[in-house]
Amino acid sequence: MDKIELHPETWVDRYSDYLYNYTIVRVNDHEVAQDIISETFLAGLKSKDNFKGEATERTWLIAILKRKIIDYYRKINSSKGKAEMRISYNDSNNEGDWLEEKIQDDSAMNAEESMENEELGLAILQCLDSINEKQAEIFKLKTLDGVDTETICNEYNITPSNLWVIIHRARKAMADCLETNWFNK
Amino acid sequence: MKLKIKCNESNHICDKSQYKEASLWEKIKLNIHLLYCDFCRKYTANNQRLTKTIKSTTIKTLCEEDKKVLKEKLLQEMKK
Repeated sequence: MDKIELHPETWVDRYSDYLYNYTIVRVNDHEVAQDIISETFLAGLKSKDNFKGEATERTWLIAILKRKIIDYYRKINSSKGKAEMRISYNDSNNEGDWLEEKIQDDSAMNAEESMENEELGLAILQCLDSINEKQAEIFKLKTLDGVDTETICNEYNITPSNLWVIIHRARKAMADCLETNWFNK
Repeated sequence: MKLKIKCNESNHICDKSQYKEASLWEKIKLNIHLLYCDFCRKYTANNQRLTKTIKSTTIKTLCEEDKKVLKEKLLQEMKK
């Protein structure tokens, strides 16, 4: 099997939306999420030489991201804990550790439904990454960001009928990808 | 006015209607076409499902500005 190589210069375009969606449901703050993603990329760059080429770039970045999110919770908990310690320890016998428990159990952070929603969102982004790059870009602008036809046409210097051909191909590819990776999973 | 349309036109209208950009007349033509075209019925059903699926999630994308900031930071670090 060929070893996978890292291409940091493509990371932002290829993975930032994916990482952002993963992060935002966990930290629920745009600025914080952005900082964490930036840290993730930089940490990835720094430990580039440790990458063995066995996982995909995405998996590898997600692994780093997870650690960064945990770090973030540790940090806010250690400062928050001082203020809340008294309240939580006085309340009942063993519940003082609740804050820490809350961050450790990743799966308990969201209700099942929102987990499913999040997974679907990530599946969609993953599919977008697997289809033709230009089609994906335009599809994303039109479908996810709701940019109107005229603006996209001007930006990419294409005619509306070009745009609809691209959208058509992208929609077909996306439907196929989700069919195999989501509906028939 | 032509009532009957070909499959590629029907698919095109179907795509447009996913973004609410098809006119009423186009939608009428599409629906007439779907009455007798099994192939396009399938395409339309799949297409609508894709729209519904995407709408059911809350995908958030980073805006270009945010991405630029991320890129700059990363590039700076790469130069070191």
